[in-house]
Amino acid sequence: MRTLKQPGLKRLYHSLGPEINLSLTISPIHRSNRKFTKMTDVLTQPRPIRLKGRSFLTLALTPELPFEDWLVRLDDLAARSAGFFLRRPVVLDVEGLDIDRTQLRDLVDRLGTRNVRIMGIEGAKPSLLGLDLPPGMTDGREAPDVEAPISEQAKKVGASENIALSGPPTGRITPSIVLTQPVRSGQSLVFPEGDVTVVGSVASGAEIVAGGSIHIYGTLRGRAMAGTTGNASARIFCRKLEAELIAIDGFYKTAEDMEELRGRSVQVWLEGEAIKTGIIG
Amino acid sequence: MGKVIVVTSGKGGVGKTTSSAALGAALAQNGDKVVVVDFDVGLRNLDLIMGAERRVVYDLVNVIQGEAKLTQALIRDKRLETLYLLPASQTRDKDNLTSEGVEMVISALKKAFDWVICDSPAGIERGATLAMRHADIAIVVTNPEVSSVRDSDRIIGLLDSKTLKAESGERMEKHLLLTRYDPVRAQRGDMLKVDDVLEILSIPLLGIIPESMDVLRASNLGSPITLADGKSVPAMAYFDAARRLKGETLPVTVPGEKRGFFGKIFGRKAA
Repeated sequence: MRTLKQPGLKRLYHSLGPEINLSLTISPIHRSNRKFTKMTDVLTQPRPIRLKGRSFLTLALTPELPFEDWLVRLDDLAARSAGFFLRRPVVLDVEGLDIDRTQLRDLVDRLGTRNVRIMGIEGAKPSLLGLDLPPGMTDGREAPDVEAPISEQAKKVGASENIALSGPPTGRITPSIVLTQPVRSGQSLVFPEGDVTVVGSVASGAEIVAGGSIHIYGTLRGRAMAGTTGNASARIFCRKLEAELIAIDGFYKTAEDMEELRGRSVQVWLEGEAIKTGIIG
Repeated sequence: MGKVIVVTSGKGGVGKTTSSAALGAALAQNGDKVVVVDFDVGLRNLDLIMGAERRVVYDLVNVIQGEAKLTQALIRDKRLETLYLLPASQTRDKDNLTSEGVEMVISALKKAFDWVICDSPAGIERGATLAMRHADIAIVVTNPEVSSVRDSDRIIGLLDSKTLKAESGERMEKHLLLTRYDPVRAQRGDMLKVDDVLEILSIPLLGIIPESMDVLRASNLGSPITLADGKSVPAMAYFDAARRLKGETLPVTVPGEKRGFFGKIFGRKAA
């Protein structure tokens, strides 16, 4: 099985290959071979710090003045749904509030005693923030409102809450497109925004590139590349697999690696850096 | 107003020109007024297949460039008075075909003929895209082998995106003509099965033309098979295809396939 990142789709930042004992090698390892050696000595061969951008869905709390009244309402909500704020990342939106630094620090502390941990503050003037306060946050994107659970549902919702918080595009409405005609040889459908569904076949020499998952209700004879925008949880489904190539988040398999699945209904997903396939139906 | 048909395939040598001539002659034998237009500028063959190579004076490029009138370039068939040929130029190249010029010629032909059959060159370049551009109906000529099928699939994609019909949001009517079908090789499994080709291309089947020496002989005689030997198996298949083009529903028989009693009754519906 090949699990190399396909060039061009996503660059493999750092790969660790078979371990080589550096003390046994005579000459220093050539630059080009470096990615195949495990770094045993950090000092001699500095390894870059991994820096990645990532976005998460958080709750944005919008306090209102006077804080005393607002906190009473918050306590009321917390009483109806125990643990609603527990382990949830919360951002405080103070846009348009006429408060000073002491008031803000006081509010953050009072929320802290209620187990509401503030990870960032949005819409605050720079003068309002300091090292003793959570960092300021900008460029927040709107997501659908989170409904506060009512007491009967509290326990049930509490159990499933965490699911809604992990994974990249949660909470946001993921766009998708549906094609009701076959995708012909030479045609390329690129949809980085989300899922692609094809009611029909994808011909040899055609390709589907999706940011999300790919569903083919027909025979997949061409290429299907899902999760191309870094979505490792994307999957590929097809009624009949005769694909030339399938890829998820840059990891790929060619037809040669999937001989045994030829003609079957298959789903494809990613586990770590390995492409997994399973027969469905 | 006549109907414009493009006979196309992507791949070369599958039988576009032979089929254009055979279908043209078949339709003309019904009394319909038919013109077959050779778009293969630089590699013209249609005049040979139709036996008019010694009568070519003006051609498509001359008409487009204003060097000749359309009526001067049209060659009437000696055997069928309702069958005409508009030859391609052998000395010019495809760059001489302009979009406006082709449109002008096609709309003029549409007014005068019942059927305008455009014989497309192989490939997906200028000649092929201009041949399909103004078509109402496309006949995709395919051999039962993988490379031909994939090229046809590519062409169908272009028919659905690069033609005037597609650009105005309408659906191009497409038919599959399976040619050079060899029953012996099919039985050995050396060729793609009819159902496999239909499954991959998913367009309705217009007919299956068996591989035959009769076709080759007719071509060398300079006569469409439907004129040279109307009783031959491939000619019958072309006549059936022409009837289906006119809207008749006829069962399609796979050459060499042993049919049971029920098979004979129900036949194979043209999808």
